[in-house]
Amino acid sequence: MIAHSIFFYTFSIIAVISAIMVTVSKNTVHSVFFLILDFISISCLFIMIGAEFLGMIMLIVYVGAVAVLFLFVVMMLNVAQQKNQWFASQESSGHIPVGLIISTIIFFELIIVIGGWKYKPDLFDINNTTNNFSVSNTHSLGQILYTDYIHVFQLSGMILLIAMIGAIVLTFRKREGVKKQSYLKQISRERSEGVELLEVETNKGVKIDD
Amino acid sequence: MEYFNIVFQEVYKILFLLVPVLVSVAMIVWLDRRVWAFVQKRQGPNVVGPFGLFQSLADALKYIFKEIIIPSTSNKVIFILAPIVTMTLALISWAVIPFSATQVLADINVGILYLFAVSSLGVYGIIMGGWASNSKYPFLGAIRSAAQMVSYEVSIGVIIINVLLCVGSLNLNDIVESQQNLWFIIPLFPMFVIFFISALAETNRPPFDLPEAEAELVAGYQTEYSGMMYAMFWLGEYANILLMCAMGSILFLGGWMSPIEIYPFTLVPGAIWLILKILLLFILFALVKAIVPRYRYDQLMRLGWKVFLPLSLTWVVLTASYLFYFNLLPIN
Repeated sequence: MIAHSIFFYTFSIIAVISAIMVTVSKNTVHSVFFLILDFISISCLFIMIGAEFLGMIMLIVYVGAVAVLFLFVVMMLNVAQQKNQWFASQESSGHIPVGLIISTIIFFELIIVIGGWKYKPDLFDINNTTNNFSVSNTHSLGQILYTDYIHVFQLSGMILLIAMIGAIVLTFRKREGVKKQSYLKQISRERSEGVELLEVETNKGVKIDD
Repeated sequence: MEYFNIVFQEVYKILFLLVPVLVSVAMIVWLDRRVWAFVQKRQGPNVVGPFGLFQSLADALKYIFKEIIIPSTSNKVIFILAPIVTMTLALISWAVIPFSATQVLADINVGILYLFAVSSLGVYGIIMGGWASNSKYPFLGAIRSAAQMVSYEVSIGVIIINVLLCVGSLNLNDIVESQQNLWFIIPLFPMFVIFFISALAETNRPPFDLPEAEAELVAGYQTEYSGMMYAMFWLGEYANILLMCAMGSILFLGGWMSPIEIYPFTLVPGAIWLILKILLLFILFALVKAIVPRYRYDQLMRLGWKVFLPLSLTWVVLTASYLFYFNLLPIN
């Protein structure tokens, strides 16, 4: 049990510190790296409470795919320059009240969540579900997800698909006059179409129709 | 004292796994160069030691004694961290590889997901190295490699789903044991081919070695690295290749199972069979390097998204329908 709590406190301290560093660090790329560290330590915490499927999916989806795209975008932008311009301008101070309001709302929401948990501990009644500890976490997840909640599951999948298609449609522009390569045409080229052997007479050269 | 014993035992086990992996990485580099040379009617490294076996050791010595140059404009912390991340991620995934029914360091429930997650993290070493170098070629190489690895991970994930549909468990030992009667390479042969090609792309091997295409990008993301740090990138890359071969042999070639369950074959320990299968796949990797020219970048992307992804998704539907119709779904 001691080892368990040592690991728990190590990972949670890393998670909290890296979450703070995400907002504090001046270099945006560093913030993304701290965000990744945060994701990793939180997935370690998931694994420690026995939710190994959730932890691994967190690693695959957030760290393996989403954060890579984050990093990609942040590296491509010239953030350092923009940030300096933005902080120097007057309009940046106008956003402070809005940010304060949003952060207060989030703070009170967190208090409500923690307080609700404190005053009603049986809110998440584990015995309520058909939790069978003989099967693994992943098995029981699959048994619930594809039977009781199949419609919700499919619906969320459809929403994600629509969001994806929407994003593609919004950014897709049909441009005129773009040279495109046809793979079929490239592969099916014969030698006779591409190469021609010519007898070149001296001092005359050849004229090739382009 | 009890904790100390447990920790000592675990460290002993980990060392007993990692030292052979590192030594075999050195040997596999030699094998790679040797196969490559034989295809091109050359000799390859054959001077140091018998058949040139110690060539990699000589190379390692050379790398150790070379100076580590850190560019003055680089982001130093991330620059140093990048090869360490690559190497660590390449080595920690060996924890879940089963060498026989009992010989596995961590027999976890979600073994295949762990492998997939760690191999998808592998892109970070490359991105960090490319970005921290603060130079054009490494950055271009890192961007290429990020796009490439993310694209091909998708199809590898879908292929893993194909196998999992037939197994009904995420545990690697269960995956191996369910292939007792029939290796998955036979019913899922097209998936094996796609997995092999995606593994080539995932590990930045030729013909998909665009992140380090020397004709265009000098050496890609590792241009600014020298000495031991370069060697660590190299070791990590080859450990990843071995890992992909191990993954292929566990998913499709029956892992530590012997090919035929007849008396003399069953005496051979499972680890030997797994190593033989890994070597077979690795020689295929090396042959591909020698005989196939490099892909163009747009062709690479097209292959990943427009050919492999639809094909493997279709195959998921086919496998699921077949298993459902003939009532073969592994429900327990």
